Amino acid sequence: MIDTKNTPPDHLKSTRLKIWRGTSREEGGHQEFAITFEDGETVLDGLTALRRDSVPDLAVRYSCFNANVCKECTMLIDGEVQYACIAKLHTGEMQIDPLPNRPLLRDLITDTLSNKEKL
Amino acid sequence: MADKHNNVNHIETDVLVVGGGAAGMFAAISAARTGAKVLLIDKNVVGRGGATIMAQMTCASALGEEEPDSPDQHLIDTLEAGRGLCNENLSALLCENSPKRIRELEDWKVQWVRQENGKIRQVIAPGHSRMRCVYVDFLRTGAAIAAALRNQISRNDAIRKLSNVSLTDLVTHDGEILGAVGFEVSTATPVTIQSSAVILCLGGMTKMFSRTTAPNNIAGEGLGLALRAGAKIVDIEFLQFYPNGHMAPRMVGLDPTTWEPARVKLGGRLLNGRGEEFLNNYEETSGEKYDTARDTLTHAMYKEVKSGRGSPHGGVFLSFQHIEQTALKNALGPALEIFHRNNIDLTKRPVEVYPIAHYQMGGIEVNTDMETGVPGLYAAGEIAGGANGANRLSGNALPEAMVFGERAGEAATKFAAKRSKRRWNKTSAGPHVELIKGVLGKDVGEGYSPASLYGDLKELMWTKVGMFRNEKDLSEANTKIRAMRLNELQNLVVSSETIHNMSLVEWFELRSGLLAAEALTLAALKRRESRGAHQRDDFPDTLNNYQLSQKIMLENGKLVSSLMEVPT
Repeated sequence: MIDTKNTPPDHLKSTRLKIWRGTSREEGGHQEFAITFEDGETVLDGLTALRRDSVPDLAVRYSCFNANVCKECTMLIDGEVQYACIAKLHTGEMQIDPLPNRPLLRDLITDTLSNKEKL
Repeated sequence: MADKHNNVNHIETDVLVVGGGAAGMFAAISAARTGAKVLLIDKNVVGRGGATIMAQMTCASALGEEEPDSPDQHLIDTLEAGRGLCNENLSALLCENSPKRIRELEDWKVQWVRQENGKIRQVIAPGHSRMRCVYVDFLRTGAAIAAALRNQISRNDAIRKLSNVSLTDLVTHDGEILGAVGFEVSTATPVTIQSSAVILCLGGMTKMFSRTTAPNNIAGEGLGLALRAGAKIVDIEFLQFYPNGHMAPRMVGLDPTTWEPARVKLGGRLLNGRGEEFLNNYEETSGEKYDTARDTLTHAMYKEVKSGRGSPHGGVFLSFQHIEQTALKNALGPALEIFHRNNIDLTKRPVEVYPIAHYQMGGIEVNTDMETGVPGLYAAGEIAGGANGANRLSGNALPEAMVFGERAGEAATKFAAKRSKRRWNKTSAGPHVELIKGVLGKDVGEGYSPASLYGDLKELMWTKVGMFRNEKDLSEANTKIRAMRLNELQNLVVSSETIHNMSLVEWFELRSGLLAAEALTLAALKRRESRGAHQRDDFPDTLNNYQLSQKIMLENGKLVSSLMEVPT
């Protein structure tokens, strides 16, 4: 018997993302954004929707989007090092920070390249 | 050698390779072993950006390890799938050389799955007449290839790799390539690259569609760059929609193509929203067997949904409920754990699937040395058109990338060696550098951003230039895309932020990508028939007088199309 009761996406949930903004750890700070999402959506889904709709200058880096192979979207989510592309959004509040042990470039992007791979 | 005078980085090299997927990495390795000093750049990270790393399976190669096979047989299957439009010379090159590249990767420690007797395991995939497709478990063929190539590159002193460099223009003088201009994404500093030859390995334009398997950096920009430099593109209307694309429930941590390898290994039943098998309504056999060609399967799913028999999210069901847990585990291994994290239990419930933009058959016109017709400009991989005609066989993309990349690296190096030393022409490069500086910080305000335009473009391409097309939709899309390219692009807001300014990256992607999207739409309008991946509701038949290759070039800022004999 085929279960045809997969729920269509008509029930949106909401959360507040506290996102680190800035180019230095000393002078930057968190900025808060309210977003809505569907069950199963990820932090990267939320961040790209924010860029598309209202915060185009938010710096976030990714390539493979949701396949979790490029590993570019590593960041600190609710205090833990995670991939934004697979970390699920949850209701309430979420804190999103750049990786703590890498030089901060801007917002959620840290310098993860070896020196010989850069100009 | 970097020169930071005037806040521009200048680099000199013999061969510049643009794009760090399998085609680009193979091109770099091949150029280096033919004697060139190579610069390999990627907008993201070399070896991690691009589509290769996302490929789960498979790689078609007539190794004959599972049953007797030959490159000639592989060619017959490739031409059959290509619906009369394959450039046979390119297809033959792919089929002939695929085994060499697979063996080379074996030497470089890629762990192809083995049979009990130690030979390489080869499985059958749709459209292949032999067990021909090799893979790496579990679902990591592309990742394994990318890792092996990254390793080869990092130990090769002749190859300099630079990540986070976006290419914005090719520099030409008297119609020949002098090099390229781009910028460092992390600082927005312009980069000028003097190079005797340039190899474009930037993939297709599938990012332009809402439902896509593409990574974020496959934006059609290479096609736009090539058109502006004077190259032609060929058969660009053929874009493959991958039938078993994941749709629901939301699944992350795996590429949405994951059901293809699952179906190759396990079969799986396709059912409509009522739970009924439906492939037999479309002259195909229903049931567990999986041998329907991609274009036919896409057609069947689309029609079923359009007839009101779709699944809740507007696709069809794919069920593995009849398969034992142990068989699932043997076939899918750790992927089952990822399914579990996404609340997917294949023993209890089907998933929903629907076609998804996957691969660009058409691309830059090349010959078997991957020359584009613009002296010094080469193209390899998905960005090169012709080898796959109107429809690509599953498993042919990775060998195409590797074989063509290898060939391009060698040919470009030989060209560079015999080319007389050219002086870098600052006059030719100047306007390109100025454009980068001009776009940064243009119209700072609250208006329409490149990310927003992208959202609208993806929706437009999906709804009007998608898997089933008609004159009205295509005309509307063509007009709209031209307006985006000529007007809206100029009014987008890009802040003056220099550090990882994603809007700057996207603006340049769109500048070239919109040209590619317009070319696709124009080509789709001109081809008034249905063939392979190009399906017209208003011209449903395949017509003999359209068994022609369509070329598009840029003349005085306008895209023009012409139909020509298919090269044989």
